[in-house]
Amino acid sequence: MQERMRIRAKELLTSGAVQRVLGWKKGDFPYNPEPAFFTAEHELDDLVYDRFCAANLSGYMVEANKQDGKTLVFLKPCDTYSFNQLTKENRVSRDKAWIIGVGCEGNAEVDEMQEIGLLERCKVCTKTEHKVFDELIGEDIQTREKEDRFEQVSDVEKMSPDERFGFWQNQLSRCIRCNACRNVCPACNCKKCVFDSGKYDTEQKANVTSFEEQMFHIIRAYHVAGRCTDCGECSRVCPQAIDLHLLNRKMIKDINELYGEFQAGDDAETPGPLTDYDADTDADPSVVYERG
Amino acid sequence: MLKIAKNNLPALFAVIAKSADLYLPIRKGTVNYAPWSEDADVDLDTLKTVKSPKDFFLPQSETLYTAALAGKKIQLEAEPFADTPFVVFGVKGCDVKGIEILDKVYLSDPVDKFYEARRKHGTIVSMACAEPQATCFCKPFSIDAANPAGDVVAWMADGNLYWEAKTEKGKKLTEIVSSMLESAADDIVTAQQKDIRQKIDALPYNSGLPLDRFKAERLIELFDAPQWDSLYQTCLACGTCTFICPTCQCYDIKDFDAGECVKRYRCWDSCMYSDFTLMAHGNPRKTQKERFRQRFMHKLVYYPDKNDGEYSCVGCGRCVNKCPASLNIVKVIKSLGVNADV
Ligand code: SF4
Ligand code: SF4
Ligand code: SF4
Ligand code: SF4
Repeated sequence: MQERMRIRAKELLTSGAVQRVLGWKKGDFPYNPEPAFFTAEHELDDLVYDRFCAANLSGYMVEANKQDGKTLVFLKPCDTYSFNQLTKENRVSRDKAWIIGVGCEGNAEVDEMQEIGLLERCKVCTKTEHKVFDELIGEDIQTREKEDRFEQVSDVEKMSPDERFGFWQNQLSRCIRCNACRNVCPACNCKKCVFDSGKYDTEQKANVTSFEEQMFHIIRAYHVAGRCTDCGECSRVCPQAIDLHLLNRKMIKDINELYGEFQAGDDAETPGPLTDYDADTDADPSVVYERG
Repeated sequence: MLKIAKNNLPALFAVIAKSADLYLPIRKGTVNYAPWSEDADVDLDTLKTVKSPKDFFLPQSETLYTAALAGKKIQLEAEPFADTPFVVFGVKGCDVKGIEILDKVYLSDPVDKFYEARRKHGTIVSMACAEPQATCFCKPFSIDAANPAGDVVAWMADGNLYWEAKTEKGKKLTEIVSSMLESAADDIVTAQQKDIRQKIDALPYNSGLPLDRFKAERLIELFDAPQWDSLYQTCLACGTCTFICPTCQCYDIKDFDAGECVKRYRCWDSCMYSDFTLMAHGNPRKTQKERFRQRFMHKLVYYPDKNDGEYSCVGCGRCVNKCPASLNIVKVIKSLGVNADV
């Protein structure tokens, strides 16, 4: 499959159909291929594709979109949802991308003891179809182990408020504010994040309390609500192994319950449930009082 | 050489904690240095803590002084310097060297008083790396993971912790715990050291890194190297590499409006950020390429130029493990070292 990808990429690059290729490049270790742009045919000999190619490349299309000509981008099924979402938000233009959808057999990572394991997102994967592509290479292998991706969220919901606060305090107080989660997030595509702006005293470079990080994470979760595709990148990259997906999935679960099932990135047109609010039929903000 | 049985360590920690604040690697989701307590999940087996122990000397953020209005005057109150003794236990060779690298910045003229006070009150118990990992490359930086620097050096072998004081501070700490330690022969430690050095020699990054290419004489050539154009491209500018790095040393100074008063604090900054060194006229490093280049030029060229050729990377491999885009200093060294014509 990797070979087919290389051949096809070389064809498209040499024919001038695309100006560059966005893929994964061989790393020093089997487990650390890096996202990379390729602009010459011989460079494509280093293109790799295996289960360690976890990085979702759609976010890089925001930059590629500013360059001349088309960019060939390889997207796994779940990555195509992010791409759609970025098109919907006018951050990338569909016609500047040549999308080759690549089959996925689940992504792996190595832990601190150098053991290989399947990513959390792949254990609950629901996105087995490419939602946008020009051509497809390779087959998908289903890696889902759990039917319900909201199981953990429900467990947290069942906690008492104190327990729940303790749970999140334990999780979020580990945060070192390295910004990996935000910067990797395809939905976090603001040109200047409010947390980086010195203008309004919102810039957060230090914590006032040890639990200050909740602000950053809760605001981030709210800001990507209805736009988060549950791509799982934030949890994948967090050096402190914080279960960030629980925050986003809670939002998704609530949106599904209050506004009807919605999957961000399913297509590039349907307005998100929160941007398409209908005062007559949609849940009133006061539902929080009933729901607790 | 002294020793203590591994299962007596909790008792040892309790004694140390009576005389000083004790910090050691503790598992809480991930493993990081944290204050010891009886029920803490101490983890001396995990090789790399996520964050380095630099926090104890250069905290991620600290208040420098407080300014408050007193009538029509502004009253300034300086934050007191650290004055409680503390012990950081289980620091690996690379991280000890990381602190020595910070020393050269913070203890040279003008001395940073906050840093100096912490350094004075801190005792480092280092630990040899029984199981180094593939991402370690301390050897090219002349660090001996089998015999690290530190006030006390410890080796975990054979169900015991072996203990050797190396400095005056280390001897003081040894006196405090002396009743718990018994004397031991050197042979077990010597054997472990040999084993560690063999393992280190066999690691992929420990040989052949073209580091000798990074010299001040080549500054301009390296600065202008075409490789930067592609190296930086997928960097997310997140700053993870700088925050987990034991030698990254840059900070920002800002004011915090605490309502009644203003607190002037300093906090870690990252050259990867767009507002790093932002001045009234704008930012001297306008693109991510320039910011990315700064991180590596600083570690491999600028710092050595000012410090007798010593690099400010210790090969801990944290950036190799944690960069979300799998970029790291090794890739940079290898890439810029290709057309070496040394
Ligand atoms: S990636 Fe993890 S540690 Fe970094 S800012 Fe996000 S939650 Fe915090
Ligand atoms: S799962 Fe995380 S990284 Fe992915 S879109 Fe949602 S918030 Fe962003
Ligand atoms: S090199 Fe990696 S860890 Fe460092 S800022 Fe860039 S993406 Fe983040
Ligand atoms: S640059 Fe990377 S390997 Fe070197 S000291 Fe920093 S984190 Fe460790």
